[in-house]
Amino acid sequence: MARIVFTANIQRHVACPEAEAAGRTVREVLENVFAENPQARGYVLDDQAALRKHMAIFVDGQIVRDRARLTDAVSETSRIYVIQALSGG
Amino acid sequence: MSDTLLISTRKGLFTVSRKAGQWEITGADFLGDNVSITLIDRRDGRHYAALDHGHFGVKLHRSTATGWEEIAAPTYPPKPDGYEEYDMWSRPLNWSTARIWALEAGGPDEPGVIWSGTLPGGLFRSTDRGQSWEMIRALWDHPKRKQWMGGGADLPGLHSICVDPRNSRRVWIAVSTGGIWFTEDAGASWAQRGEGMRAEHVPPELTHDPIAQDVHCLAQCRAAPYRMWVQHHNGIFVSSDEGKTFSEINGVEPSTFGFPVVVHPREPDTAWFVPEIKDEKRIPPDGKLIVTRTRDGGKSFDILTKGLPQSHAYDVVYRHALALDEAGDRLAFGSTTGGLWVSEDQGDSWACVTHTLPPIYSARFA
Repeated sequence: MARIVFTANIQRHVACPEAEAAGRTVREVLENVFAENPQARGYVLDDQAALRKHMAIFVDGQIVRDRARLTDAVSETSRIYVIQALSGG
Repeated sequence: MSDTLLISTRKGLFTVSRKAGQWEITGADFLGDNVSITLIDRRDGRHYAALDHGHFGVKLHRSTATGWEEIAAPTYPPKPDGYEEYDMWSRPLNWSTARIWALEAGGPDEPGVIWSGTLPGGLFRSTDRGQSWEMIRALWDHPKRKQWMGGGADLPGLHSICVDPRNSRRVWIAVSTGGIWFTEDAGASWAQRGEGMRAEHVPPELTHDPIAQDVHCLAQCRAAPYRMWVQHHNGIFVSSDEGKTFSEINGVEPSTFGFPVVVHPREPDTAWFVPEIKDEKRIPPDGKLIVTRTRDGGKSFDILTKGLPQSHAYDVVYRHALALDEAGDRLAFGSTTGGLWVSEDQGDSWACVTHTLPPIYSARFA
């Protein structure tokens, strides 16, 4: 299963511990995480379920390009980082 | 009279209380967070605070017996597959709450009803004290809604909500920019209001079009709901027929430009404003922070200065940052430079509570 790590700054709003989740795409992995932690969903995704404007996701060091549908591929050994883009600071 | 104020700022929510005749900061919540607006629901005493976490989006919190709890924030419905619309900059318009810019309680006959206005223009209604929200589709789907534009912000913003004190199903809202809209069936259908307002900054064929009006703030007299006051991008307007038609108030010194307006709850002819030079110079005239007050429906205005800085003051007062208490005697306003002033005599004199708060977005009396 992929390993997913959330920015430290989200933790004071909603606990998002490092987790392992199944999925072949970023969307599938995130949905599996949010199924266990529904409050976190709105902190990462906007009303249309796209990645929030000033958030970024990296999969194995590569920034996710499909911010709307989150179709970027994930492998069993992927490490996913959900972080803040500095643009929104 | 109210002894408590909630002050929403760029960096937290501050409680200001009157103790032994003095106003002082007695509480700080959400320190470091952007609090766009608050609501004090006088029907049940609950407080609501809208936060904008930037990266993490817009959230809503409600007071509990011991603190705050996060509740649902207004959320836009899914955009239909294949549908796209564009904002005035030709960018795809994201159907997503960009800011909560208005929070108002429903009528006394509908406990738990809360209205919320947002950027990019959606109006929402909750019937369960914010546990869940329903977008008012009839307004969002109104074909003319797409003519709304940004005003101050890039996106259209719904900033004023007036619930008719005689009939809670009748509601007026105002949009910057998009003019005034009215429903008499709790949001099921909407009609444009606001004939008579005038926009100088648009092409002449649009000058008097009600949808082109940049209403900065809309206020309604509770005891005389026919009376509505508008602080407009272009000046001050007053209506005596529930917002159907407005008359412009001219010749007010030092200026008719500004953002907020409040009206006395029982005296429809009495209203307060905080003027700035003009849209292209958004600072107090001559560096003097003043409040203007009319007691005769706009025929004449008092210039109120006692206790306010009269030299090199560059405080700007946003549209929600001027408050009047339920009794109609106490006023408070906060500024973009963190100044907060309170008056206990309808503005005749003012006391500075602090001038070191973060930029102030909203002031509300409990």
